[in-house]
Amino acid sequence: MKLLTHNILTSHVKGVTKGYPLLIKATEVRVNEVEFNPQFVSRMIPKLEWSALVQAAEGLLQLGHLQDLPSSLIQDYENNEEFLRKVHRVLLEVEVIEGCLQCPESGREFPISRGVPNMLLNEDDS
Amino acid sequence: MALHCGRSCRQYLLHLAHDHVDFRLPEIKALLSLRGRQFDPSENFQERSPFWRLNGLSEDDARSIMKRTVCGKSVFELWGHGATQTELKTSLLEYPAENMAPYLKQESTYKINVYTFNKTLLFKDRIEKIDALDFLPFEGKVNLKDPDHVFCLLEDYGSDPNDIPEKPLYMYFGRWIADGQRELIRSYSVKKRHFIGNTSMDAGLSFIMANHGRVKAHDLVYDPFVGTGSLLVACSHFGAYVCGTDIDYNTIHGIGKASRKNQKWRGPDENIRANLRQYGKEHLYVDVLVSDASKPVWRKEALFDAIITDPPYGIRESTRRTGSHKDITKPPDDFSGESHVPVSMAYHLSDIFTDLLKFAAQHLVLGGRLVYWLPVYRPEYCEEMVPMHPCLTLISNCEQTLSSHTSRRLITMEKTKEPEETDALAHLADPRFRPYQGHNSFREKYFSGLTKKSSREHSKTSSDGGE
Repeated sequence: MKLLTHNILTSHVKGVTKGYPLLIKATEVRVNEVEFNPQFVSRMIPKLEWSALVQAAEGLLQLGHLQDLPSSLIQDYENNEEFLRKVHRVLLEVEVIEGCLQCPESGREFPISRGVPNMLLNEDDS
Repeated sequence: MALHCGRSCRQYLLHLAHDHVDFRLPEIKALLSLRGRQFDPSENFQERSPFWRLNGLSEDDARSIMKRTVCGKSVFELWGHGATQTELKTSLLEYPAENMAPYLKQESTYKINVYTFNKTLLFKDRIEKIDALDFLPFEGKVNLKDPDHVFCLLEDYGSDPNDIPEKPLYMYFGRWIADGQRELIRSYSVKKRHFIGNTSMDAGLSFIMANHGRVKAHDLVYDPFVGTGSLLVACSHFGAYVCGTDIDYNTIHGIGKASRKNQKWRGPDENIRANLRQYGKEHLYVDVLVSDASKPVWRKEALFDAIITDPPYGIRESTRRTGSHKDITKPPDDFSGESHVPVSMAYHLSDIFTDLLKFAAQHLVLGGRLVYWLPVYRPEYCEEMVPMHPCLTLISNCEQTLSSHTSRRLITMEKTKEPEETDALAHLADPRFRPYQGHNSFREKYFSGLTKKSSREHSKTSSDGGE
């Protein structure tokens, strides 16, 4: 699971009102180099929940995978290649391979295995 | 005549492939609109003809369409046309000499091809036809292997193979500009695809869907019923970043029974990511998830530039969603989250469409497109049955016939308005959904007209269906 996906995913446990952002509990994280595309990153930035991205990146930073992102989005980012590269790395190069996503309200965990989150709920939760 | 108004409004001749005939016009229109161009055909335009004359394009427009189309074979700058040899000659002699001159120069090389639709010509007849064009001021040398310029005489002998006329019904002559992407149908064939499933979409239709959806570079495209990712493969070919979900854990992880003949189990690296890698597009892979398309797992913003999908109709793959029935046996208490398979229940077709349209209205960017297949029981079909949504405008609706009484329709809609509170319940008052309500009535009808042999196969499939 890439952090781009994490940024747009939310918990859908029944009755939960604040299911975003999901908490990442990673046991295995990998960084794969991905071709840098400044246009795509620039297009995605306005769609992102910036604070959730920073929070996710910081969580994995402790595992030594990430450079830091500024806590608020900078001006004129389209022309700032260094910044776009940082965002690119966080969005598309870092992948959670094993672990889980936890619903911040209900505590329900969605397992991630071989890089794939399983968002299915049991009958009781849905 | 329209031909005589200078460089800006030359006429182009589009030669189209004669399959997926219904899908061609929406494809070309979508590709034109990507260039900000209108579809502006000549008078006497016939959609089912393999030759379309188009106005209002530049050579760059024509080239850019050919970089995407799988319905179009080639495009030509049209120099002349007519129903008879004389008409063609008159038309060619009327074409401005200054438009021809740059391509007929002494120092350049050229060749002339003869293409005939619905007839095969003998070699000597072809030569005769080329010789008959000698009134054109060709000054360059003929080079058959590597010419600077290629010209083509195209002859239309109608569409009835049992009644081929002696003389062509219509003739065109023009300068070849570019070929379309028919080659992709072969190079992306599912036969050579690393990871496939029982219902993998064929390559040609996948590209047609991506074109109808106007999928382009730097887009984010989503398939909520991703299966083995055939549609994502096509979208990534056009430079879009792709993601998808499927309720089937085994498919997403590429485990379990293989869909290929002579192969019992899936290999270790059979998954969607490997499919993108096969075509050099792994960098456009975002993620695939195990998830239920009927559940809101994405946050409520406009996230996707296009949603391209082939929902399951319970014919070759079962329709499922998570949920509970009263009569199900409770799962054992000691299951772990990972290995637990939630109880799935039938996902009625009407609900699939309601959910899909609602989802698209919510999550598409304005101007973004939803492209999906709608199964149709032909004796009862009418246009009013196509599901609608106040935020989505129907762009095209093309039929692919499956049998005498069934077909599927490729529906393309464009988001033209952001949803408001009142739009959420709009579908409830909509009579369109009725044919798909009830316990999968489409499915029952689908199988109702089958012969003995295939109904035996049907009972086998439904027992395999896992419902």
